[in-house]
Amino acid sequence: MEKSFTLRVLKSLNRKSWLALGLFLAVTLVVVPVLHLLVPPENAFHVSAYAITLFGKIMCYAIVAIAMDLIWGYGGILSLGHGLFFALGGYAFGMYLMRQIGRDGSYQSDLPDFMVFLDWKKLPWYWSGSDSLWWVAFLVIVVPAIVAFIFGYFAFRSRIKGVYFSIITQALTYAAMLLFFRNETGFGGNNGFTDFKRILGYSITSPDMRLVLFGLTALMLAATLVFARWLVTSKFGRVLTAIRDAESRVMFIGYNPLWYKLFAWVISAILCGIAGALYVPQVGIINPSEMSPANSIEIAIWVAVGGRGTLIGPVIGASVVNLAKSWFTVSFPEYWLFFLGLLFILVTLLLPHGLVGLWKTLRQSRGPRT
Amino acid sequence: MTKLFTLFLLCTCCLSAHAALDPGQVLQLANEDSSVKVAAIQKMTEAADPDAARVLKAMADGQLFLSANKVVVIDGDKAFDASTGEPIKMPGNPDSITVNNRIRGELANALAALSLFDKDVGVRLASAQELQTRVSPDLVPVLARALAKETDNAVKALLKMAHAQANLGNADPAARLAAVRVLSGSSSPNIRSALLPLTDKAKEPDNKVRYGAISAVKAIDGRLELTENLARVFSGLSLGSILLLAALGLAITYGVMGVINMAHGELLMVGAYSAYAVQSIFRNYFPNAIDWYLPAAIPVAFFAAALVGVVMERTVIRWLYGRALETLLATWGLSLVLIQAARIVFGAQNVEVSNPSWMSGGIELMPNLLLPWNRLVIIGFALFVLLLVWVLMNKTRLGMFVRAVTQNRAMAGCVGVPTSRIDTMAFGLGAGIAGLGGLALSQISNVGPDMGQGYIVDSFMVVVVGGVGQLAGAVWAALGLGIFTKLLEGWAGAVIAKIAVLVFIIVFIQKRPQGIFALKGRVIE
Repeated sequence: MEKSFTLRVLKSLNRKSWLALGLFLAVTLVVVPVLHLLVPPENAFHVSAYAITLFGKIMCYAIVAIAMDLIWGYGGILSLGHGLFFALGGYAFGMYLMRQIGRDGSYQSDLPDFMVFLDWKKLPWYWSGSDSLWWVAFLVIVVPAIVAFIFGYFAFRSRIKGVYFSIITQALTYAAMLLFFRNETGFGGNNGFTDFKRILGYSITSPDMRLVLFGLTALMLAATLVFARWLVTSKFGRVLTAIRDAESRVMFIGYNPLWYKLFAWVISAILCGIAGALYVPQVGIINPSEMSPANSIEIAIWVAVGGRGTLIGPVIGASVVNLAKSWFTVSFPEYWLFFLGLLFILVTLLLPHGLVGLWKTLRQSRGPRT
Repeated sequence: MTKLFTLFLLCTCCLSAHAALDPGQVLQLANEDSSVKVAAIQKMTEAADPDAARVLKAMADGQLFLSANKVVVIDGDKAFDASTGEPIKMPGNPDSITVNNRIRGELANALAALSLFDKDVGVRLASAQELQTRVSPDLVPVLARALAKETDNAVKALLKMAHAQANLGNADPAARLAAVRVLSGSSSPNIRSALLPLTDKAKEPDNKVRYGAISAVKAIDGRLELTENLARVFSGLSLGSILLLAALGLAITYGVMGVINMAHGELLMVGAYSAYAVQSIFRNYFPNAIDWYLPAAIPVAFFAAALVGVVMERTVIRWLYGRALETLLATWGLSLVLIQAARIVFGAQNVEVSNPSWMSGGIELMPNLLLPWNRLVIIGFALFVLLLVWVLMNKTRLGMFVRAVTQNRAMAGCVGVPTSRIDTMAFGLGAGIAGLGGLALSQISNVGPDMGQGYIVDSFMVVVVGGVGQLAGAVWAALGLGIFTKLLEGWAGAVIAKIAVLVFIIVFIQKRPQGIFALKGRVIE
């Protein structure tokens, strides 16, 4: 019997998961704003602006991690270039933020400061329409999707996979980083975009705007989780997993793996782009170093730490690693790279299924085996 | 006192051997009017008297003074008569002779021209070279005389060019034409720009001379383009040799063993820091032999990197054989640990590794085509390492075992090859080769904790383009990518060239996923 779409989405998560998701939204959309705005700063329950920005950032990373998990955990394709899609989304939204500065820049010009500095007289063609939020929101989705589609189509068509694919995605993001480092590319070169002032006319630094962005990110994260859950439990998701485990057999049964992989790849890129667009206004800067190969490979470790092939794993991994990062870089900056390096080594050697896998093993060994 | 007296005597003897200058002419050097001074300098230059060089040198150094209508040279606490060179009593309050910028330029020219008559070939060569860049028509007679007297061929060729250049301003069209004909044999951009005015109708009335100048400029342009292209090919070869050194180690670990080693760049770094450490030891303990620290660093770099490689293989990589993606992540972690370790041990700043003195300078193949020694040495070193790898892989027992294990691990184990030890040794070998690459890199680029990161993408590109399991592929890929990059840089700039190369590789892999030199045969995963 064909179930309705809504029912299928509802059925994709069990009761407990829906409850957890609801709790998460209640905390992020109600409790945190109350604690931030109404509780005075001296009170122990006050949520500081720093904490909101930090957790907003981590939620963006969590979306990226889910996107990575879709393609790596379920599709078996390790991308070392996801930072590129994240940065593309960020740059697309950054264009809007730059236009919103208006004449408040240091040169009091209609053009962004770096263009005045380069002595450009008008906006390049690809900046046209960047003053409209809707057009930019469209770009945030479409630009990563197009780049991912073109690259993915050719890569998957010639059946590049495994390490080869990983390395050429790394080359791709590296090439893009070099391109964006150039001043002539028209995206601010080295410095990228920063000094944002407002969104839709509202100040970007106001507590209200901070909470709106935080809430939007939380909603997006929840939506991503539900969507990803629905996707991987659908027939599409099962074919994708089958391709991961035995591509040739799937092909001989009569499926064309190209379109399955390509679809997952493009969806993953779009999610990264949206996360990037939410990330930039909260952090207040975007520059080409977001595209550096090191950043992209870090995304893989979030997923690996949490546990790939599960959906809650990447969220846990992204949170744990990034909380550790902000703690280390403040307390012992010189040991952060040691920690991260050891994390890469130990997780791959000892925790092939990540923290989620560890938890499952612990629970199984304690409880009765059935 | 005796010493001073001997010196005194010596001076007198030397100087009295020369004929004295005309005191009247010398006196003109002290004239109020700059034009008179210039005329006198030019006269003295034309005479080409060695004594004139002495006086003009003193004038350029500000040691020429006027005292009681007599020009004297005052050097510290001694005074000499300018025209004769005889020592005289220190005059009481002498007037200094003004040397303004115009006179200074004139003096520099004159001194260069006069040293064309020096006894030492080296001095003559140097002054002839100096005159190439600034030749004035007044020097024609001097140059002609120097040319007639000159016996050394190299100096003669230079003088001919200078003489012709000086003659370009000659009033006689026939002399100009002859000069243009001589100059058309040159390949220097300076001479090209000297000839350029003569191709202009407004400045050169004589048709014959003008056509001659036009064809001369064309000939020089052709030669300039040739040297430019040669220089590009050379820098491409040089870049190729660097890529090859960076990638050879990877050709063993990835190409032959199939291990993705993202810490490969950090093995290069270990090699480079070994060079730094050996250099510091030499500086502190054997400062006399500092030029030879580099050969001494070769085994150090090899074994240091090999040791790191063996430890990496034993502790991490061996547990991940057959799981390429996990290996990739774990070795990335190793690279982060190594970078941070280097930062803590050697500091976050770049350290200074200097070239030994025998590696500075270069061979000048043509004017404006200089092949620097350090690049040449690195090309030679890359060939040496390549030979080493080839011999190790094809002519030794270890190489045979490595190839056996890669081809059929189970079978190799059955016939008694200690497969797990071979894995360790092969990985150590690849790491050691990377250390040698790092040693070479320390001579031409910065040595710092992050240096390896820049090479990792490039090295993988070389191995991937070359084809897995193929040394020959790595060589061709490295040279090809090096030359291709440099030629592109010539017309598109460095960044665009780099991007173009990466895009090219991405497209290339689509077409030939197994590299240029793919093993023939059909493979199912």
